[in-house]
Amino acid sequence: MTDASPGIYAAAWRRLGRNRAAVAALVALAVLVVVSMAGPVVSSFSIDHVDWSLSPLASPPGLANGHWLGTDGNGRDLFVRVCAGTQVSLLVALLATAVSLLIGVAWGATAGYLGGRVDGWMMRVVDVLYALPYMFFVIILTVVFGRSLLLIFLAIGAVGWLTMARIVRGQSLALRQQAFVDAAITLGLPARRIIARHIVPNVIGTVVVYATLTVPQVILFESFLSFLGLGVQEPLTSLGRLVAEGALEMEAAPWQLLAPSAALALILLCLNFVGDGLRDALDPRQR
Amino acid sequence: MAEAVLLSLDGLRVSFDTEQGPVQAVRGVSLEVRPGECLAVVGESGSGKSQLFLACLGLLAANGRAEGSARLQGEQLIGAGERGLAVLRGARVGLVSQDPMNALTPHLRVGEQLMEFVLDRGRMKRPEARIRALQLMESVGIRDPETRFDQYPHELSGGQRQRVAIAMALMPGPALLIADEPTTALDVTVQAQVLDVLRRLREQGLTIVLITHDLGVVAGIADRVAVMYAGAVVEVAATGQLFSMPRHPYTAALLEAIPRLDTKPGDRLVHIEGQPPRPHERLQGCPFAPRCALAQGRCRESEPGLDWSGGRASACHAPLPGGWAA
Repeated sequence: MTDASPGIYAAAWRRLGRNRAAVAALVALAVLVVVSMAGPVVSSFSIDHVDWSLSPLASPPGLANGHWLGTDGNGRDLFVRVCAGTQVSLLVALLATAVSLLIGVAWGATAGYLGGRVDGWMMRVVDVLYALPYMFFVIILTVVFGRSLLLIFLAIGAVGWLTMARIVRGQSLALRQQAFVDAAITLGLPARRIIARHIVPNVIGTVVVYATLTVPQVILFESFLSFLGLGVQEPLTSLGRLVAEGALEMEAAPWQLLAPSAALALILLCLNFVGDGLRDALDPRQR
Repeated sequence: MAEAVLLSLDGLRVSFDTEQGPVQAVRGVSLEVRPGECLAVVGESGSGKSQLFLACLGLLAANGRAEGSARLQGEQLIGAGERGLAVLRGARVGLVSQDPMNALTPHLRVGEQLMEFVLDRGRMKRPEARIRALQLMESVGIRDPETRFDQYPHELSGGQRQRVAIAMALMPGPALLIADEPTTALDVTVQAQVLDVLRRLREQGLTIVLITHDLGVVAGIADRVAVMYAGAVVEVAATGQLFSMPRHPYTAALLEAIPRLDTKPGDRLVHIEGQPPRPHERLQGCPFAPRCALAQGRCRESEPGLDWSGGRASACHAPLPGGWAA
């Protein structure tokens, strides 16, 4: 027991700071972001520049010709493309996850806390959306609104929040039975406030862990959309796309698969460590 | 008359819809809580003593239903709806629950939770709310409230948490404090301290309803006692009267069953034979009759009503004569 206890989030940061794996993962992610931003600026190639001086066009990694990670089958610099792909994938992952977090937590906590008929109806909406084939949904969206990155965030987020809502609702149902919620009700606090102050903060641990699991899913989903031609457009690229293209040339030009795969694996691994660390750090009962 | 009663229950029933059909947890309870008194409600597990007051606050589980009447300062609580109840809650009734470990939200500082109500209602500004919270913490016997104010619930012991829970219930300045087995989860020395806090609050004029199964707790603090059995009140009397001259055989048996210091080692502890009726059982006659040593023929046929005389009441066809001493 300490005298004055630090703020719960300050304490969480401190605990996170003591978690070596999480810190290392955060540093690695930061490096990755910086490199992916700076790479295209520093490099003398752009993502759609075809280096006709190469023969064959797909060149293995080397320092001599300036293509540090080699080139793809069309003679475009792979380092620059992996950088661009990392940017896109991270952006899609973070924004889509944020969208699904926002809607999912609000929806699930409200349904779980209010319970009864409201809960029934809110969760039926989730069930109906679950039942809709999401590809259909995404295709219609792209046809109606044209293709854009923003649309991909929305489309993925709109699908992702369903599971989040279910998880949060389950937790809220359990929390509603707790004595502190009864105490808050007896105090006459409005439902809005009870949900925001007494329910949501108590599900954050679960939510954070699930969100870190969502990020890789979203990255993979985006690459699937791109593969179908519904995702980002050439010459812009994403890690999922690069992996898909690299996989085709796996035997002849393994670097085309290895470079984007390594970046993707690094991101996923780091996010897992960070999520683990956050879960431990956010539990106030830990010391 | 209406002035002399703070909370008045009239024919209050609570039932739960279950898969085996409806279960009556409270079967028509009429009871009055007078301003300034401490009324203890005593009963075994499942006697309906907690549900009775949860029903008044609209805190029944989703499958629970309350019927009858419960008036707080003349205002009907049963069927008042969420909106109506929200106004009554907090401002006039405070609730302290059984489980201090769960009574506080784990991620909010003690002080934040204490101030939440008055800040939410815009009744006080922060500095003012802080002063009131610190005063209340002091008055419920929390040492070094300034430090505790900024701590999290997990940094406090069970007894301290229960004190904070009491302080939290008192923040809005309620007219009535309902304490639902506030000492059950605490060890004996801490129990005594928490009871002391309640006793002091009662001396300051707060009305308290103390729900408990511990007659020892009752003796030290309550003015009046209502004994519940199988969802109904079987006896109401002033504490002294109840302990010295119980009228209902169930009360007498309960008192008999309290272990005494002069019980010799190896002596068997006294207990009440049999089991209370199960929730789904159809009752005929007095619910206590099957376990009652004094049961007569009519006890098995008709259920006795609560009979008021001389400021006390009992529900028994063959009440014990006065002067019976435990």
